Amino acid sequence: MALLQELLTTILNTVYDVIPIVVILFGFQFLVIRRPVPNLKRVLIGFIYVLIGLSLFLLGLEKALFPLGRLMADQLTNPAFIYESIQGSLQTIHWADYYWVYIFAFAIGFSTTVAEPSLIAVAIKANEVSAGAIGIWGLRIAVAIGVAIGISLGSFRIVSGMPIHYFIISGYVVVVIQTFFAPKMIVPLAYDSGGVTTSTVTVPLVAALGLGLAETVPGRNVLIDGFGLIAFASLFPIMSVMAYAQLSEYRAKCSR
Amino acid sequence: MTGSLRDLLPIILVIAFFQLFVLQQPIPNFIEIIIGTLFVVLGLTFFIYGLEMGLFPIGESMANAFARKGSVLWLLLFAFALGFGTTVAEPALIAVADEAAQVAANGGMIEDSQASMNAYASGLRYTVAFSVGLAIVIGVMRILKGWSIQYMIMGGYILVVIMTALAPKEIIGIAYDSGGVTTSTITVPLVTALGVGLASSIQGRNPMIDGFGLIAFASLTPMIFVMGYGMLI
Repeated sequence: MALLQELLTTILNTVYDVIPIVVILFGFQFLVIRRPVPNLKRVLIGFIYVLIGLSLFLLGLEKALFPLGRLMADQLTNPAFIYESIQGSLQTIHWADYYWVYIFAFAIGFSTTVAEPSLIAVAIKANEVSAGAIGIWGLRIAVAIGVAIGISLGSFRIVSGMPIHYFIISGYVVVVIQTFFAPKMIVPLAYDSGGVTTSTVTVPLVAALGLGLAETVPGRNVLIDGFGLIAFASLFPIMSVMAYAQLSEYRAKCSR
Repeated sequence: MTGSLRDLLPIILVIAFFQLFVLQQPIPNFIEIIIGTLFVVLGLTFFIYGLEMGLFPIGESMANAFARKGSVLWLLLFAFALGFGTTVAEPALIAVADEAAQVAANGGMIEDSQASMNAYASGLRYTVAFSVGLAIVIGVMRILKGWSIQYMIMGGYILVVIMTALAPKEIIGIAYDSGGVTTSTITVPLVTALGVGLASSIQGRNPMIDGFGLIAFASLTPMIFVMGYGMLI
Protein backbone atom coordinates (compact mmCIF):
# COMPACT_ATOMS: atom_id res chain seq x y z
CA MET A 1 0.00 0.00 0.00
CA ALA A 2 2.85 2.33 0.87
CA LEU A 3 4.37 1.51 -2.48
CA LEU A 4 1.16 2.46 -4.27
CA GLN A 5 1.09 5.75 -2.43
CA GLU A 6 4.69 6.46 -3.42
CA LEU A 7 3.82 5.62 -6.99
CA LEU A 8 0.97 8.13 -6.93
CA THR A 9 3.24 10.81 -5.49
CA THR A 10 5.84 10.17 -8.18
CA ILE A 11 3.19 10.30 -10.90
CA LEU A 12 1.90 13.61 -9.51
CA ASN A 13 5.43 15.03 -9.45
CA THR A 14 6.04 13.93 -13.03
CA VAL A 15 2.73 15.45 -14.11
CA TYR A 16 3.76 18.67 -12.42
CA ASP A 17 7.06 18.66 -14.34
CA VAL A 18 5.31 17.95 -17.62
CA ILE A 19 2.53 20.56 -17.31
CA PRO A 20 4.58 23.49 -18.70
CA ILE A 21 5.52 21.39 -21.74
CA VAL A 22 1.94 20.31 -22.36
CA VAL A 23 0.67 23.89 -21.97
CA ILE A 24 3.20 25.18 -24.49
CA LEU A 25 2.56 22.38 -26.99
CA PHE A 26 -1.22 22.55 -26.91
CA GLY A 27 -1.30 26.34 -26.49
CA PHE A 28 0.60 26.80 -29.73
CA GLN A 29 -1.31 24.00 -31.40
CA PHE A 30 -4.73 25.52 -30.70
CA LEU A 31 -3.97 29.25 -30.71
CA VAL A 32 -1.35 29.56 -33.43
CA ILE A 33 -1.52 26.53 -35.68
CA ARG A 34 -5.31 26.22 -35.21
CA ARG A 35 -5.56 22.83 -36.76
CA PRO A 36 -6.63 19.60 -35.12
CA VAL A 37 -3.78 17.33 -34.07
CA PRO A 38 -3.61 14.28 -36.33
CA ASN A 39 -4.48 11.14 -34.34
CA LEU A 40 -5.14 13.21 -31.24
CA LYS A 41 -6.35 10.21 -29.28
CA ARG A 42 -3.23 8.22 -30.03
CA VAL A 43 -0.97 11.15 -29.12
CA LEU A 44 -2.77 11.60 -25.81
CA ILE A 45 -2.46 7.92 -25.00
CA GLY A 46 1.22 8.23 -25.90
CA PHE A 47 1.60 11.09 -23.42
CA ILE A 48 -0.07 9.03 -20.71
CA TYR A 49 2.29 6.15 -21.46
CA VAL A 50 5.26 8.51 -21.19
CA LEU A 51 3.98 9.78 -17.84
CA ILE A 52 3.37 6.31 -16.42
CA GLY A 53 6.65 5.03 -17.84
CA LEU A 54 8.72 7.87 -16.47
CA SER A 55 7.10 7.64 -13.04
CA LEU A 56 7.63 3.90 -12.75
CA PHE A 57 11.17 4.34 -13.99
CA LEU A 58 12.01 7.06 -11.46
CA LEU A 59 10.36 5.25 -8.57
CA GLY A 60 12.17 2.02 -9.45
CA LEU A 61 15.51 3.80 -9.62
CA GLU A 62 14.84 5.51 -6.30
CA LYS A 63 13.87 2.18 -4.71
CA ALA A 64 16.53 -0.07 -6.15
CA LEU A 65 19.52 1.38 -7.87
CA PHE A 66 20.17 4.82 -6.43
CA PRO A 67 20.51 3.88 -2.74
CA LEU A 68 22.86 1.05 -3.59
CA GLY A 69 24.81 3.11 -6.12
CA ARG A 70 25.21 5.99 -3.69
CA LEU A 71 26.23 3.66 -0.90
CA MET A 72 28.83 2.09 -3.15
CA ALA A 73 30.20 5.43 -4.29
CA ASP A 74 30.53 6.30 -0.60
CA GLN A 75 32.26 3.07 0.31
CA LEU A 76 34.64 3.07 -2.63
CA THR A 77 35.82 6.60 -1.93
CA ASN A 78 36.19 5.91 1.79
CA PRO A 79 39.85 6.21 2.87
CA ALA A 80 39.43 3.06 4.98
CA PHE A 81 38.78 1.08 1.82
CA ILE A 82 41.48 2.70 -0.25
CA TYR A 83 44.24 2.59 2.37
CA GLU A 84 43.42 -0.88 3.60
CA SER A 85 46.75 -2.18 2.34
CA ILE A 86 48.93 0.88 2.80
CA GLN A 87 49.02 1.87 6.44
CA GLY A 88 50.04 5.11 8.00
CA SER A 89 50.65 7.00 4.80
CA LEU A 90 47.53 9.12 4.94
CA GLN A 91 49.41 12.37 4.47
CA THR A 92 50.53 11.61 0.96
CA ILE A 93 47.87 10.44 -1.40
CA HIS A 94 48.77 8.89 -4.68
CA TRP A 95 46.22 9.04 -7.47
CA ALA A 96 46.89 5.43 -8.46
CA ASP A 97 45.63 4.17 -5.08
CA TYR A 98 42.15 5.04 -6.25
CA TYR A 99 42.14 2.50 -9.06
CA TRP A 100 38.87 0.88 -7.96
CA VAL A 101 37.22 4.27 -8.11
CA TYR A 102 38.27 4.75 -11.73
CA ILE A 103 37.09 1.26 -12.67
CA PHE A 104 33.78 1.86 -10.91
CA ALA A 105 33.44 5.26 -12.60
CA PHE A 106 34.02 3.66 -15.98
CA ALA A 107 31.59 0.79 -15.37
CA ILE A 108 28.83 2.90 -13.89
CA GLY A 109 29.20 5.55 -16.60
CA PHE A 110 28.88 2.94 -19.31
CA SER A 111 26.00 1.01 -17.80
CA THR A 112 23.86 3.99 -16.81
CA THR A 113 24.25 5.54 -20.26
CA VAL A 114 23.04 2.36 -21.94
CA ALA A 115 19.82 2.65 -19.89
CA GLU A 116 19.34 6.40 -20.44
CA PRO A 117 15.86 6.94 -21.96
CA SER A 118 16.66 10.18 -23.79
CA LEU A 119 19.63 8.56 -25.50
CA ILE A 120 17.38 5.70 -26.62
CA ALA A 121 15.01 8.33 -28.09
CA VAL A 122 17.75 10.08 -30.04
CA ALA A 123 19.18 6.77 -31.24
CA ILE A 124 15.77 5.65 -32.54
CA LYS A 125 15.37 8.94 -34.39
CA ALA A 126 18.89 8.87 -35.83
CA ASN A 127 18.40 5.31 -37.03
CA GLU A 128 15.13 6.28 -38.70
CA VAL A 129 16.50 9.44 -40.33
CA SER A 130 19.71 7.83 -41.57
CA ALA A 131 17.69 4.96 -43.08
CA GLY A 132 19.50 2.45 -40.92
CA ALA A 133 23.05 3.67 -41.62
CA ILE A 134 23.43 4.53 -37.94
CA GLY A 135 22.67 1.54 -35.77
CA ILE A 136 20.69 2.13 -32.58
CA TRP A 137 23.06 -0.04 -30.58
CA GLY A 138 26.18 1.24 -32.32
CA LEU A 139 25.34 4.81 -31.35
CA ARG A 140 24.36 3.90 -27.81
CA ILE A 141 27.53 1.91 -27.20
CA ALA A 142 29.68 4.67 -28.70
CA VAL A 143 28.08 7.27 -26.43
CA ALA A 144 28.34 4.96 -23.42
CA ILE A 145 32.07 4.44 -23.99
CA GLY A 146 32.49 8.22 -24.20
CA VAL A 147 30.65 8.77 -20.93
CA ALA A 148 32.64 5.98 -19.27
CA ILE A 149 35.97 7.52 -20.28
CA GLY A 150 34.75 10.97 -19.33
CA ILE A 151 33.65 9.99 -15.85
CA SER A 152 36.78 8.02 -15.02
CA LEU A 153 38.93 10.91 -16.23
CA GLY A 154 36.74 13.28 -14.22
CA SER A 155 37.29 11.23 -11.06
CA PHE A 156 41.01 11.24 -11.73
CA ARG A 157 40.80 15.02 -11.92
CA ILE A 158 39.08 15.23 -8.54
CA VAL A 159 41.67 12.93 -6.96
CA SER A 160 44.63 14.71 -8.52
CA GLY A 161 43.13 18.18 -7.97
CA MET A 162 44.02 19.53 -11.40
CA PRO A 163 41.91 22.50 -12.60
CA ILE A 164 38.91 21.45 -14.65
CA HIS A 165 39.30 23.93 -17.48
CA TYR A 166 42.57 22.39 -18.65
CA PHE A 167 40.70 19.18 -19.39
CA ILE A 168 37.66 20.82 -20.92
CA ILE A 169 39.66 23.14 -23.14
CA SER A 170 41.92 20.33 -24.40
CA GLY A 171 38.74 18.34 -25.01
CA TYR A 172 37.40 21.20 -27.13
CA VAL A 173 40.60 21.23 -29.17
CA VAL A 174 40.25 17.50 -29.88
CA VAL A 175 36.58 17.94 -30.83
CA VAL A 176 37.43 20.76 -33.24
CA ILE A 177 40.20 18.74 -34.91
CA GLN A 178 37.97 15.67 -35.18
CA THR A 179 35.19 17.76 -36.71
CA PHE A 180 37.35 18.40 -39.76
CA PHE A 181 38.04 14.71 -40.34
CA ALA A 182 34.78 13.04 -39.34
CA PRO A 183 32.09 12.25 -41.94
CA LYS A 184 29.90 15.37 -42.35
CA MET A 185 26.72 13.44 -41.65
CA ILE A 186 27.67 12.51 -38.10
CA VAL A 187 28.84 15.91 -36.82
CA PRO A 188 25.50 17.40 -35.65
CA LEU A 189 24.43 14.11 -34.10
CA ALA A 190 27.77 13.83 -32.30
CA TYR A 191 27.38 17.34 -30.88
CA ASP A 192 23.88 16.45 -29.73
CA SER A 193 24.95 13.25 -28.05
CA GLY A 194 26.94 15.29 -25.56
CA GLY A 195 23.78 16.81 -24.16
CA VAL A 196 21.49 13.80 -24.12
CA THR A 197 23.69 11.49 -22.12
CA THR A 198 23.27 13.14 -18.80
CA SER A 199 19.77 12.99 -17.48
CA THR A 200 17.60 10.78 -15.32
CA VAL A 201 19.84 7.82 -14.66
CA THR A 202 23.36 9.16 -14.92
CA VAL A 203 23.23 12.47 -13.06
CA PRO A 204 22.23 11.24 -9.57
CA LEU A 205 24.77 8.42 -9.49
CA VAL A 206 27.58 10.45 -10.99
CA ALA A 207 26.92 13.40 -8.72
CA ALA A 208 27.10 11.06 -5.71
CA LEU A 209 30.45 9.77 -6.89
CA GLY A 210 31.86 13.27 -7.42
CA LEU A 211 30.68 14.59 -4.08
CA GLY A 212 31.88 11.44 -2.30
CA LEU A 213 35.33 11.80 -3.80
CA ALA A 214 35.62 15.50 -3.10
CA GLU A 215 34.57 14.88 0.50
CA THR A 216 37.09 12.16 1.29
CA VAL A 217 40.18 13.04 -0.72
CA PRO A 218 42.32 15.24 1.54
CA GLY A 219 42.66 18.82 0.39
CA ARG A 220 39.60 18.89 -1.87
CA ASN A 221 36.72 21.29 -1.45
CA VAL A 222 33.30 19.69 -1.98
CA LEU A 223 31.80 22.81 -3.45
CA ILE A 224 34.63 23.52 -5.87
CA ASP A 225 35.89 20.05 -6.76
CA GLY A 226 32.67 18.08 -6.41
CA PHE A 227 31.24 19.52 -9.61
CA GLY A 228 32.42 18.98 -13.12
CA LEU A 229 31.87 15.24 -13.63
CA ILE A 230 28.75 15.97 -15.68
CA ALA A 231 30.75 18.29 -17.90
CA PHE A 232 33.18 15.45 -18.57
CA ALA A 233 30.28 13.12 -19.26
CA SER A 234 28.88 15.51 -21.86
CA LEU A 235 32.17 16.26 -23.61
CA PHE A 236 33.63 12.82 -24.24
CA PRO A 237 30.65 11.28 -26.07
CA ILE A 238 31.13 13.94 -28.78
CA MET A 239 34.57 12.50 -29.43
CA SER A 240 33.56 8.86 -29.18
CA VAL A 241 30.60 9.26 -31.55
CA MET A 242 32.77 10.96 -34.15
CA ALA A 243 35.39 8.26 -33.65
CA TYR A 244 32.69 5.63 -34.14
CA ALA A 245 31.70 7.21 -37.47
CA GLN A 246 35.33 7.53 -38.51
CA LEU A 247 35.96 3.88 -37.70
CA SER A 248 32.90 2.68 -39.63
CA GLU A 249 33.93 4.81 -42.60
CA TYR A 250 37.44 3.43 -42.42
CA ARG A 251 36.18 -0.14 -42.24
CA ALA A 252 33.91 0.43 -45.23
CA LYS A 253 36.86 1.81 -47.18
CA CYS A 254 39.06 -1.16 -46.31
CA SER A 255 36.49 -3.75 -47.28
CA ARG A 256 35.97 -2.13 -50.67
CA MET B 1 9.94 -5.75 -22.30
CA THR B 2 12.93 -8.01 -22.99
CA GLY B 3 14.54 -5.03 -24.72
CA SER B 4 14.23 -2.92 -21.57
CA LEU B 5 15.58 -5.75 -19.47
CA ARG B 6 18.62 -5.89 -21.74
CA ASP B 7 19.08 -2.12 -21.40
CA LEU B 8 19.18 -2.48 -17.66
CA LEU B 9 21.34 -5.57 -17.41
CA PRO B 10 24.70 -3.72 -17.44
CA ILE B 11 23.80 -1.62 -14.38
CA ILE B 12 22.68 -4.70 -12.48
CA LEU B 13 25.88 -6.54 -13.37
CA VAL B 14 28.12 -3.62 -12.41
CA ILE B 15 26.43 -3.08 -9.07
CA ALA B 16 26.37 -6.78 -8.24
CA PHE B 17 30.04 -7.20 -9.16
CA PHE B 18 31.26 -4.28 -7.09
CA GLN B 19 29.05 -5.12 -4.16
CA LEU B 20 29.90 -8.82 -3.99
CA PHE B 21 33.50 -8.98 -5.20
CA VAL B 22 35.15 -5.62 -4.60
CA LEU B 23 33.39 -4.39 -1.47
CA GLN B 24 32.56 -7.96 -0.41
CA GLN B 25 29.27 -7.12 1.18
CA PRO B 26 25.85 -8.71 0.83
CA ILE B 27 23.17 -6.89 -1.12
CA PRO B 28 20.83 -5.18 1.35
CA ASN B 29 17.02 -5.22 0.95
CA PHE B 30 17.17 -7.81 -1.77
CA ILE B 31 13.42 -8.02 -2.36
CA GLU B 32 12.97 -4.27 -2.54
CA ILE B 33 15.71 -4.09 -5.13
CA ILE B 34 14.08 -6.78 -7.26
CA ILE B 35 10.74 -4.91 -7.12
CA GLY B 36 12.46 -1.62 -7.97
CA THR B 37 14.25 -3.17 -10.92
CA LEU B 38 10.96 -4.56 -12.18
CA PHE B 39 9.48 -1.07 -12.00
CA VAL B 40 12.38 0.37 -13.96
CA VAL B 41 12.01 -2.25 -16.69
CA LEU B 42 8.26 -1.69 -16.91
CA GLY B 43 8.73 2.09 -16.89
CA LEU B 44 11.27 2.05 -19.68
CA THR B 45 8.96 -0.12 -21.80
CA PHE B 46 6.02 2.26 -21.32
CA PHE B 47 8.22 5.27 -21.97
CA ILE B 48 9.43 3.96 -25.31
CA TYR B 49 5.90 3.09 -26.42
CA GLY B 50 4.70 6.56 -25.45
CA LEU B 51 7.66 8.14 -27.20
CA GLU B 52 6.71 6.70 -30.55
CA MET B 53 2.99 7.24 -30.07
CA GLY B 54 2.98 10.71 -28.51
CA LEU B 55 6.17 12.73 -28.27
CA PHE B 56 7.70 12.07 -31.69
CA PRO B 57 4.47 12.52 -33.71
CA ILE B 58 3.44 15.76 -31.99
CA GLY B 59 6.93 17.25 -32.31
CA GLU B 60 7.00 16.41 -35.98
CA SER B 61 3.45 17.42 -36.83
CA MET B 62 3.97 20.80 -35.16
CA ALA B 63 7.22 21.31 -37.05
CA ASN B 64 5.42 20.51 -40.30
CA ALA B 65 2.53 22.83 -39.47
CA PHE B 66 4.88 25.72 -38.67
CA ALA B 67 6.83 25.14 -41.87
CA ARG B 68 3.62 25.18 -43.92
CA LYS B 69 2.27 28.22 -42.12
CA GLY B 70 5.45 30.05 -43.06
CA SER B 71 5.45 32.38 -40.08
CA VAL B 72 9.01 32.56 -38.83
CA LEU B 73 8.10 34.78 -35.92
CA TRP B 74 5.66 32.29 -34.43
CA LEU B 75 8.08 29.44 -34.98
CA LEU B 76 10.85 31.26 -33.14
CA LEU B 77 8.47 32.20 -30.36
CA PHE B 78 7.47 28.56 -30.05
CA ALA B 79 11.14 27.53 -30.02
CA PHE B 80 11.89 29.97 -27.24
CA ALA B 81 8.86 28.95 -25.19
CA LEU B 82 9.76 25.29 -25.54
CA GLY B 83 13.34 25.87 -24.41
CA PHE B 84 12.51 28.27 -21.59
CA GLY B 85 9.39 26.47 -20.34
CA THR B 86 10.92 23.02 -20.18
CA THR B 87 14.06 24.21 -18.44
CA VAL B 88 12.75 26.56 -15.80
CA ALA B 89 10.92 23.78 -13.95
CA GLU B 90 13.61 21.14 -14.42
CA PRO B 91 14.30 19.52 -11.01
CA ALA B 92 17.98 18.91 -11.77
CA LEU B 93 18.45 22.58 -12.55
CA ILE B 94 16.73 23.65 -9.33
CA ALA B 95 19.13 21.43 -7.37
CA VAL B 96 22.18 22.79 -9.17
CA ALA B 97 21.05 26.40 -8.70
CA ASP B 98 20.68 25.90 -4.96
CA GLU B 99 24.17 24.42 -4.75
CA ALA B 100 25.56 27.30 -6.77
CA ALA B 101 24.01 29.77 -4.35
CA GLN B 102 25.73 27.91 -1.52
CA VAL B 103 29.07 28.22 -3.32
CA ALA B 104 28.54 31.91 -3.94
CA ALA B 105 27.67 32.53 -0.30
CA ASN B 106 30.73 30.59 0.90
CA GLY B 107 32.96 32.43 -1.53
CA GLY B 108 31.74 35.77 -0.23
CA MET B 109 30.27 36.76 -3.60
CA ILE B 110 26.86 37.33 -2.07
CA GLU B 111 25.64 37.92 1.47
CA ASP B 112 25.45 34.71 3.50
CA SER B 113 21.73 34.83 4.19
CA GLN B 114 18.82 32.68 3.07
CA ALA B 115 17.10 35.55 1.26
CA SER B 116 20.08 36.52 -0.85
CA MET B 117 20.83 32.87 -1.59
CA ASN B 118 17.27 32.30 -2.79
CA ALA B 119 17.45 35.38 -4.96
CA TYR B 120 20.75 34.20 -6.41
CA ALA B 121 19.42 30.70 -7.09
CA SER B 122 16.27 31.85 -8.84
CA GLY B 123 18.23 34.43 -10.82
CA LEU B 124 20.50 31.65 -11.98
CA ARG B 125 17.56 29.44 -12.90
CA TYR B 126 15.97 32.11 -15.08
CA THR B 127 19.34 32.83 -16.65
CA VAL B 128 19.81 29.20 -17.61
CA ALA B 129 16.21 28.86 -18.83
CA PHE B 130 16.61 32.00 -20.92
CA SER B 131 19.86 30.70 -22.38
CA VAL B 132 18.22 27.39 -23.34
CA GLY B 133 15.33 29.26 -24.97
CA LEU B 134 17.82 31.35 -26.89
CA ALA B 135 19.75 28.22 -27.87
CA ILE B 136 16.68 26.60 -29.41
CA VAL B 137 15.90 29.85 -31.25
CA ILE B 138 19.46 29.99 -32.65
CA GLY B 139 19.27 26.29 -33.53
CA VAL B 140 15.94 26.72 -35.36
CA MET B 141 17.31 29.75 -37.23
CA ARG B 142 20.22 27.59 -38.27
CA ILE B 143 17.89 24.93 -39.66
CA LEU B 144 15.88 27.56 -41.55
CA LYS B 145 18.95 29.19 -43.06
CA GLY B 146 20.99 26.02 -43.51
CA TRP B 147 24.06 27.39 -41.71
CA SER B 148 26.65 24.76 -40.97
CA ILE B 149 26.86 23.79 -37.36
CA GLN B 150 30.63 23.39 -36.94
CA TYR B 151 31.52 27.05 -36.99
CA MET B 152 28.70 27.99 -34.64
CA ILE B 153 29.74 25.38 -32.09
CA MET B 154 33.38 26.38 -32.40
CA GLY B 155 32.41 30.00 -31.87
CA GLY B 156 30.57 28.84 -28.76
CA TYR B 157 33.64 26.97 -27.55
CA ILE B 158 35.79 30.04 -28.00
CA LEU B 159 33.29 32.05 -25.96
CA VAL B 160 33.36 29.39 -23.22
CA VAL B 161 37.16 29.55 -23.10
CA ILE B 162 37.21 33.35 -22.92
CA MET B 163 34.54 33.37 -20.23
CA THR B 164 36.48 30.74 -18.27
CA ALA B 165 39.44 33.09 -18.10
CA LEU B 166 37.27 35.94 -16.84
CA ALA B 167 34.73 34.25 -14.56
CA PRO B 168 35.25 33.74 -10.81
CA LYS B 169 36.91 30.39 -10.15
CA GLU B 170 34.13 29.08 -7.90
CA ILE B 171 31.46 29.25 -10.57
CA ILE B 172 33.37 27.39 -13.32
CA GLY B 173 32.61 23.81 -12.24
CA ILE B 174 28.92 24.57 -11.83
CA ALA B 175 28.77 26.45 -15.12
CA TYR B 176 30.28 23.51 -16.98
CA ASP B 177 27.85 21.12 -15.31
CA SER B 178 24.83 23.30 -16.05
CA GLY B 179 25.24 22.53 -19.73
CA GLY B 180 24.53 18.88 -19.03
CA VAL B 181 21.62 19.12 -16.62
CA THR B 182 19.30 21.27 -18.66
CA THR B 183 18.13 18.69 -21.16
CA SER B 184 15.53 16.43 -19.59
CA THR B 185 14.07 13.14 -20.68
CA ILE B 186 10.95 14.71 -22.16
CA THR B 187 12.64 17.73 -23.71
CA VAL B 188 15.18 15.72 -25.68
CA PRO B 189 12.72 13.65 -27.76
CA LEU B 190 10.50 16.68 -28.39
CA VAL B 191 13.33 18.94 -29.46
CA THR B 192 14.87 16.22 -31.61
CA ALA B 193 11.52 15.59 -33.32
CA LEU B 194 11.10 19.34 -33.85
CA GLY B 195 14.52 19.68 -35.49
CA VAL B 196 14.19 16.62 -37.68
CA GLY B 197 10.60 17.53 -38.60
CA LEU B 198 11.62 21.06 -39.62
CA ALA B 199 14.59 19.89 -41.63
CA SER B 200 12.50 17.32 -43.49
CA SER B 201 9.70 19.74 -44.37
CA ILE B 202 11.95 22.51 -45.69
CA GLN B 203 13.22 22.13 -49.24
CA GLY B 204 16.94 21.55 -49.58
CA ARG B 205 17.58 20.58 -45.96
CA ASN B 206 18.94 17.22 -45.02
CA PRO B 207 17.32 15.90 -41.81
CA MET B 208 20.54 14.17 -40.81
CA ILE B 209 22.82 17.19 -41.25
CA ASP B 210 20.38 19.99 -40.45
CA GLY B 211 17.87 18.25 -38.19
CA PHE B 212 20.19 17.38 -35.34
CA GLY B 213 22.14 19.91 -33.33
CA LEU B 214 19.43 21.69 -31.33
CA ILE B 215 20.46 19.91 -28.13
CA ALA B 216 24.08 20.78 -28.76
CA PHE B 217 23.19 24.47 -28.63
CA ALA B 218 21.05 23.91 -25.55
CA SER B 219 23.99 22.42 -23.69
CA LEU B 220 26.46 25.08 -24.78
CA THR B 221 24.70 28.38 -24.06
CA PRO B 222 24.02 27.70 -20.35
CA MET B 223 27.78 27.44 -19.70
CA ILE B 224 28.37 30.87 -21.22
CA PHE B 225 25.41 32.48 -19.48
CA VAL B 226 26.10 30.97 -16.06
CA MET B 227 29.68 32.24 -16.15
CA GLY B 228 28.36 35.62 -17.24
CA TYR B 229 25.93 35.54 -14.34
CA GLY B 230 28.79 34.75 -11.96
CA MET B 231 30.75 37.70 -13.28
CA LEU B 232 27.90 40.20 -12.96
CA ILE B 233 26.83 39.27 -9.45
